[in-house]
Amino acid sequence: MSIDLAIETHNLGRIYTIRNRRERRIRKEIIALQDVNLQIPRGELFGLLGPNGAGKTTLIKILTTLLAPTTGWARVAGYDVVREPQKIRPRINMVSGGEASGYGLLTVRENLWMFAQFYGLPSREANRRIEDLLRRIGLADRIHTKSSDLSTGLRQKMNIVRGFLTDPEILFLDEPTLGLDVNAARDVRRFVREWLDAHPDRTVLLTTHYMVEADELCDRVAIISQGRVLACDSPEALKRRLQREALFDIEITAPNGLTAAALEALPGVRKAVLTDASGGALLKLVLAEDSALPSVIGVLTERAVQVRHLTKREPTLEDVFVELVGRPLAEEEGRDEQ
Amino acid sequence: MRAASYRDTRLPERWAAAWRSFRVAAWLGWQIESNWTDPFLFAIYSMLKPLASAAILVVMYGVITNGQFENPVFPYIYLGNAFYIYVGAVMTGVSWAVIDDREHYRTLKYIYVAPIRIPAYWLGRGVARFLTGSFAVLITLAAGVLFLHVPFHPDRVDWPLFLLSLTLGVMMLALMGLVLASVSLMIAHHFFLIGEAVAGALYLLSGAIFPLEVLPPWLRPLGFAMPITYWLELIRRSLLGDIASGFATLSGFTNGQLLGILAGLSVLFGLLAVVAFRLCDRQAREKGLIDQTTNY
Repeated sequence: MSIDLAIETHNLGRIYTIRNRRERRIRKEIIALQDVNLQIPRGELFGLLGPNGAGKTTLIKILTTLLAPTTGWARVAGYDVVREPQKIRPRINMVSGGEASGYGLLTVRENLWMFAQFYGLPSREANRRIEDLLRRIGLADRIHTKSSDLSTGLRQKMNIVRGFLTDPEILFLDEPTLGLDVNAARDVRRFVREWLDAHPDRTVLLTTHYMVEADELCDRVAIISQGRVLACDSPEALKRRLQREALFDIEITAPNGLTAAALEALPGVRKAVLTDASGGALLKLVLAEDSALPSVIGVLTERAVQVRHLTKREPTLEDVFVELVGRPLAEEEGRDEQ
Repeated sequence: MRAASYRDTRLPERWAAAWRSFRVAAWLGWQIESNWTDPFLFAIYSMLKPLASAAILVVMYGVITNGQFENPVFPYIYLGNAFYIYVGAVMTGVSWAVIDDREHYRTLKYIYVAPIRIPAYWLGRGVARFLTGSFAVLITLAAGVLFLHVPFHPDRVDWPLFLLSLTLGVMMLALMGLVLASVSLMIAHHFFLIGEAVAGALYLLSGAIFPLEVLPPWLRPLGFAMPITYWLELIRRSLLGDIASGFATLSGFTNGQLLGILAGLSVLFGLLAVVAFRLCDRQAREKGLIDQTTNY
């Protein structure tokens, strides 16, 4: 039943129509989202993993009532995002990473207090929560600082507090650690996990293109590419798909014309990805079984490619992504940007 | 603790949300309006800006009429010009919030996602400009009375008519601002002057400094359709009494008739604001414009 679901989508799609600025009759359609079907129960930390331009932010915009879908439907907290946005808004909040939003003339406390007021939180309770959350995220000493005087990372932390301040039933975190340094990103991930542990009935939908973040935080992950959800399961279950296979990382010298396609033509080689590395290249292999490795080494030897280092390893979400999309996530982002 | 606990209220939720949207937006607007510089500079700026604007008009009038400041036309246009400050202040104050939040502070999407009433929020953001505008009107009037012999006798002022007209007029301007704010949802940053542009256009059409009769015949109906025309006439009549006959345009109307027209047109703009908001809100959500920034 949908009432038990925090978020539900059915064949959700979104097409952007872009007009040529000079010739307005010329239109181009971009499919941002296509046939997305998700069921996210209450209490789950659900991750959307995909490269930039995959459709993650578009999905969040639809679910937060900022954008109307062009096909299908979506329900948040049991309410339709198009017909009942006013019923959804008191129950949700959102934070977007990689942007410096906020009223620079106001202090951190004033910014947060103001948003708490929009949600009807009494001042005393708002101030108590502000102090508590700022302390927990490591921003308590900046409570009286004007937000224009904060660094991008600290402003991002302030915005994260803004999202949690209203104690939403469903929280949308769109790339919350984008642009943060390693320590700040770790603080944020710890903060999110602690908040969910303390509020087990709350739901978080988090988008990220960091594999580690999805693996570390999420109960379930949907891998999304070019507007389509390619797989949806727990990180462990997704990785288990590849556990029957053997994964190798081989550091080699210059490839000497070697291609991934040539290796994939070998029997037992499921997937081969060749990327540049310092002074040579890195060859990632997914083999049906260990016994396929000698034929790969044979090809390398034929082409006078030297093996510097060879590692057999456990599958990661990156491997799952490569298996599903055919390319590493970094390469997929480069492709989208072109 | 359930999140809904603090949402429970004895007032209907809709009205409670509208009130808190207005109240907090008014606070935010004042913080933005008054904190961009130190208080001393802010006070100096608030006094010099309206005086400079009025000085341009006075010099032009003096040159054109060879200094006939005793002519009843002078206080008539001086008052029209002074109270016209409200048009730019209130209309722009309300509509500017959309552009400011979306492009400058990048907060419009967070405001939109919050459980507030967006029109009430926009109206609240206009309060600060109304207050600074009121100060500007007072300064301009004081300068007129003290230095330019604009006749002002407190005992002859029709205070009830003045207060009623002022209240109705400000509400009407706020509703016009809502229409502009709704349209602003649909347009990009480079239209950031839409409020001032509309205020400038209406300056010509509302009889602020010259009678509607000087307009081309095809443009006059637009002037008569604008509630600002009747509002300025009522303000002049209430403050100047019999002297308020500089322009004959509306001399055939009684105060009651003018009030009725102003109220009727205000209601019309209120309805237009509701329709415009619903239409533009839906369109903006369909086209993905609510959080679209242009970086102009």
